[in-house]
Amino acid sequence: MIAEDIRQVIIDILARIAPDEDLSDLQDDVAFREQMELDSMDFLDIVMELRKQYRVQIPEEEYEQLISMSSTVSYLMPRLKDVESPA
Amino acid sequence: MSMFDLRDPRNRIVITGVGLAAPNGNDLSEFRTKLLSGCSGVSDFETRYMGPVLAGVCEFDQLRYQKRKEARRGTRSGSIAIYCAHEAIGDSGIDWSAINRDRVGVFLGITEHGNVETENEIYEISQFDYDTSVWSHHHNPRTVANNPAGEVTLSLQITGPHLTIGAACAAGNAGFIHGVQMLRLGEVDTAIAGGVSESIHTFGIFASFQSQGALATHDDPTKACRPFDINRNGIVVAEGGGICVLERLPDALERGAKIYGEIVGYAMNSDAADFVLPDSTRQAECMQLALERAGIGPADVDIVSSHATATEQGDIEESQALRRVFGDGDTPAVNNTKSFIGHAMGAAGALELLGNLGAFEDGLAHATINLDEIDPRCGLKQIVVGEPRNLGEVNYILNNSFGMLGINSVVIVKKFSE
Repeated sequence: MIAEDIRQVIIDILARIAPDEDLSDLQDDVAFREQMELDSMDFLDIVMELRKQYRVQIPEEEYEQLISMSSTVSYLMPRLKDVESPA
Repeated sequence: MSMFDLRDPRNRIVITGVGLAAPNGNDLSEFRTKLLSGCSGVSDFETRYMGPVLAGVCEFDQLRYQKRKEARRGTRSGSIAIYCAHEAIGDSGIDWSAINRDRVGVFLGITEHGNVETENEIYEISQFDYDTSVWSHHHNPRTVANNPAGEVTLSLQITGPHLTIGAACAAGNAGFIHGVQMLRLGEVDTAIAGGVSESIHTFGIFASFQSQGALATHDDPTKACRPFDINRNGIVVAEGGGICVLERLPDALERGAKIYGEIVGYAMNSDAADFVLPDSTRQAECMQLALERAGIGPADVDIVSSHATATEQGDIEESQALRRVFGDGDTPAVNNTKSFIGHAMGAAGALELLGNLGAFEDGLAHATINLDEIDPRCGLKQIVVGEPRNLGEVNYILNNSFGMLGINSVVIVKKFSE
């Protein structure tokens, strides 16, 4: 997957775990939690969804890499490079 | 003997708000209308593993008082409880922004809790070759036994005590009883009390009743639940909730509240006899104790809201108990709400009482539907069959709720008069 695909995967996950939020104006360089209601349990949902969908195991000490959209995409790029782009 | 002086108005507990979610109504007036017009709430329902069954399914607007995220994170019983609690508080007319929420308590009866969420998670990990690392971190907060009551406190920012009361199918009454007790003890000033159930959302309860030979089947879902009928063939499981605002009489009078009725008597006891089978002797003793505490005799009761679930033995045992307490005459009127909505488990006792409260105003005992030919082994002459019965004036309603492991609960509500 390329960066754009990974961004969309994250948007889809956020849409499921925070269904009341408008994600259309999400700013990629700003922390998720500064622009939407996202507590630690929601954050764990992001980790869980990545584990379920792509078998990505994210160790706890690396959770901070998922602070914003741009850091999340950068972190996931090497881990999802061999995953095919969604049709 | 009660430890409380029941002549002291502060020990008189009244119902001042009602919120409910029933398979045939989303508020008290709709529910009452459906009960008086003979309208069932039972329909076909799809389950995982078992395929279609019959169930009482609620259609209240889950997002009226919850954000989608809250509903997703919580449980169905939490959503039901939140809906009913908001409705009850709204109905009570309490100024919620001014109330001291340290002095509000939430006491909800449940038959069981956590089976739905556990089954969902096991299904989920089965899709990942039983890899437990995909087991949800939401599992524990969803399945702790206080979940539905706790979700109410989060939603309404209630900081007084909350708990669920696990009491099998006697739970709805048990929720009311606990509310009454906490008000009389002075532990709270407002009790949000009743019962809830989400039981239809796992196959387990249906499959267990089926294995027991106690799950109802019928070509027409609306005719499936047939308490006291010779052709009854078991239980229709339902979901739902019934929650009241309970207050001490002087507090209710001071704020000019609408008073639906006064809880004047209650009792709970145990059969100590069998895991599943009911016991008419203990049921009768439970009713007699409630009557004694209410300071009335059997002849004072106008309506008995029966527990009968349309199982073979359950209906016979309750009929015997009712005959022992009330005799073999034509009164009191005996009706049955399950014939309309099925067995709402933790919510059953609550919904069955609330559906009868309207009788204080309209003088009508709603019917028992689907009773085409009474089982002679039940043989109660007092059953209101098919159509509502006009009683003229109704002063006392006695509500029965019995459950597995031999748990019995009875609540008596009196038409309010100062």
